[in-house]
Amino acid sequence: MLHYILFFLFAAIALGGALNLLFQRHPINSALSLILVMMSLAVLYLLLGAEFVAAVQILVYAGAIMVLFVFVIMLLNAGEEERSRTSRVAYLAGVPGALAVLGLLLYSVFAHNSNFGSVQLGTYLVSTGALGGLLFRDFLLPFEITSVLILIAIMGAVVLGRRDS
Amino acid sequence: MVPASYYLALSAMLFCIGVAGFLIRRNIITIFMSIELMLNAVNLTFVTFSYQWHALSGQIFVFFVMVVAAAEAAVGLAIIIAVFRTRETLNVDQVNLLKL
Amino acid sequence: MNLRLWLIPLLPLLGGIINGLFGRLFSKRVVTAVALASTAAAFAMALYVAANFASMPADQIPHAETLSFPWISITGFEVDFAFFLDQLSLIMLLVVTGVGFLIHIYSAGYMADEEGYYRFFSYLNLFMFFMLTLVLAANYLLMFVGWEGVGLASYLLIGFYFQKQSAANAGKKAFITNRIGDFAFLLGMFLLIKTFGSVDYLQVFHQVSAMGVEHAHAGILTWTALLMMIGATGKSAQIPLYVWLPDAMEGPTPVSALIHAATMVTAGIYMVARSSAIFDRAPIALTVVAILGALTAFFAATIGLVQTDIKRVLAYSTISQLGYMFMACGVAAYSAAIFHLMTHAFFKALLFLAAGSVIHALGGEQDMRNMGGLKDAIPYTFWTMAIATLAISGIPPLAGFFSKDEILWQAFSSKPTGWIFWLIGLITAGMTAFYMFRLLFMTFFGERRAPQYADTHQGHAAAAGHGHKPGHGVHESPWIMLGPLVILAFLSVAGGWVGVPKALGGQNHFEQFLAPVFEQYAPHDERRLAEAEAGVVGPAANRNEPVPENPESATELIMTGVSVLVALTGAFFAWLFYYKRPELPQRIVQHARGLYTTLLNKYYVDEFYGATLTQPIMRGATDVLWRGVDVGIIDASVNEAATASQEVSRGVRRMQSGNLRSYAGWVAFGAALVIGYMIWTGIR
Repeated sequence: MLHYILFFLFAAIALGGALNLLFQRHPINSALSLILVMMSLAVLYLLLGAEFVAAVQILVYAGAIMVLFVFVIMLLNAGEEERSRTSRVAYLAGVPGALAVLGLLLYSVFAHNSNFGSVQLGTYLVSTGALGGLLFRDFLLPFEITSVLILIAIMGAVVLGRRDS
Repeated sequence: MVPASYYLALSAMLFCIGVAGFLIRRNIITIFMSIELMLNAVNLTFVTFSYQWHALSGQIFVFFVMVVAAAEAAVGLAIIIAVFRTRETLNVDQVNLLKL
Repeated sequence: MNLRLWLIPLLPLLGGIINGLFGRLFSKRVVTAVALASTAAAFAMALYVAANFASMPADQIPHAETLSFPWISITGFEVDFAFFLDQLSLIMLLVVTGVGFLIHIYSAGYMADEEGYYRFFSYLNLFMFFMLTLVLAANYLLMFVGWEGVGLASYLLIGFYFQKQSAANAGKKAFITNRIGDFAFLLGMFLLIKTFGSVDYLQVFHQVSAMGVEHAHAGILTWTALLMMIGATGKSAQIPLYVWLPDAMEGPTPVSALIHAATMVTAGIYMVARSSAIFDRAPIALTVVAILGALTAFFAATIGLVQTDIKRVLAYSTISQLGYMFMACGVAAYSAAIFHLMTHAFFKALLFLAAGSVIHALGGEQDMRNMGGLKDAIPYTFWTMAIATLAISGIPPLAGFFSKDEILWQAFSSKPTGWIFWLIGLITAGMTAFYMFRLLFMTFFGERRAPQYADTHQGHAAAAGHGHKPGHGVHESPWIMLGPLVILAFLSVAGGWVGVPKALGGQNHFEQFLAPVFEQYAPHDERRLAEAEAGVVGPAANRNEPVPENPESATELIMTGVSVLVALTGAFFAWLFYYKRPELPQRIVQHARGLYTTLLNKYYVDEFYGATLTQPIMRGATDVLWRGVDVGIIDASVNEAATASQEVSRGVRRMQSGNLRSYAGWVAFGAALVIGYMIWTGIR
């Protein structure tokens, strides 16, 4: 019962935040809505028994990445969006395309409804140790590569952000 | 006792809102944020399936997605700053020098 | 014995190639030396071959020599490079090399001041090569090689002054008209291959001799003969393919003498004579040949009556005389045709060369209305030309009399309708005498007329920048040109004496000599159409009979007398109209304006061909083939392909707008498609 309530509540919050992101004119509002979405997603992860992922979601995503976004918005002093000519293709082909994708995905999910079980809070918990063991044993190579990736990203960001002087 | 397909449906909806946001919005930063939203939706799908099949590798993948998203966000915002410096605008329609 | 017949055509070919490739670098003397040496060598070899022939036993004739490397060798059909010598080809060989050699000598003098001197001799030697190949070939295909080759050489030489539009056009006309005839000849050869499986003379004739005469129906032999005859009409300028010969006078005069009088145009006659085995068994074809020959002779003579250009008169005269030879073949009097071919070569070449001498003396003038009074200024030319005129008119005892008379007699005695041909031939002989003497009187007698009539046929001087200035003074040609004239004049006088018929006391050596060729495959169930009853030694069938003195020889004497009388009448009228009372022609023309204009304009045949054939073909080629197909379809489709790809790319390029969001839109759209496809295939 509780699960139901929690799920629908935070699902609604997530959706609301997403739609708010879509419809807000000032980017800072969109950023804050996105933080809201991420928070609620973290709760949903907890409902699914993924503690570590939920924690990392808040720490990294909401705490670091979104802060970075807010920094940039403040730095560039982005104002409200003006009305300007838009691309017709984006509206004519893109939005129906997105809606089509949505329809297809929903269809494919609900057509195989019987294949999926149900989520029960507490039936499956992942310990961080197990996750660590998997990460540092089976997925060691991708792990190392991602560290290189981060290094490259840092260098790239520094180079790109430099003033030409 | 929430059916797993509800989680998947939520994920799909978030994803498509992200796509729509990408297409509709004019501000580069907002577009970027829509991309982040899409990545998050995918993360939810991965975790759901990790629960479904009791497979840990789903969550590992989420981990990696987050790493990549972080890197991408950093570099992307750096690019946006660079573009802003030259073009003085954050309107994506004005960044069209690749036009043939 | 191996006579190395293949050397005879090869020597002029070598001369032609050497002059063609290196002549530009040689001095005129070297070019002349090379050209004359190669032709002289060919003539010498011909004499050597003739000497050997005389001692050859009869069973070795015809003498065939095959070169060792094969030509065409496929299952069921083989052709070799094979050369062939019998009495007929020996006579042709001697005529071609002999007259050819004389004309080469003459040309060295006539063309001395022309540019392109080496080119002329190169072409001339090339012509000799092809003509000799034609004459010496042992199969129809090799003969066809020579046949086509002389057409090519003719084109090159007619269009020698290629900077002149009319000369280039004349060359084209000759080649194209010949080609039409050649096409028919090819079809005839194909029929031969299909019927007999070979084009070799001996093989074909051997098989033909086993076939019967096709009297009332047109069988395979008739069709073959008719097709080959059409080929002969093209080459030998008969109706309907004669139109190229008058225009061919655009070429230099030695060319007209050699090719269009003595040798190339006789190729058709030679071919018909060679194929006597086939023609003897196709009476329908023979009749057609005779009718064509007679008509052509008459027709061309009428045109020749009124022409004003000296070379045109001679051209129409050639066509007319060729008609005589054709008619002779048509009544199966092949040896008479060859006899006339030989004598005609002598006096016609002489006429052309002498005309060339006149033109040379006058610095390029060719219109007879601007000539006159040249008798004393150029005496050698005058006397040789007079001899030739007497010969062609058939005045005894010169060569033309015997040969022409032989034809007329053979025509008369061929049953049952021969007398019609005889009558046409007789009238034509009268006209021949008339226009030839007209030429003689207008050119050499009377007062020197002022050049009041501008003529456009000034080939020799105008194109070459000849050394003579107008008013320079009329002078005789150099001896290098006069020498051949004298030799040919001698031959025109004595050349007929080898064929004096029995009725006049001779042995007719010529016909005896050629008899084996035409007897060998003659049909034996039937007397030949030109049965030699008049005291001439007859065909093999009645060779054993004693030569009868029958009333027919009296008839022949009467006929001879009649033809001489007609010739003298023609000469008399020419004398009257152009010497005694020169105002008469004008008065006659006034009364018969229409007829005169028609004759002058050659019965408008060229215009007729132009309107019915040339114009539609040209218009069809321009409008349909060029504009319609080439530009409209082929070019258009290529251009359309380019334009279409441009349009497509222009459309596709709009995807690269530079607008980020439109890219995203396309991606979303594509993603929807892909996901849909994946779901759809997954569901099935």
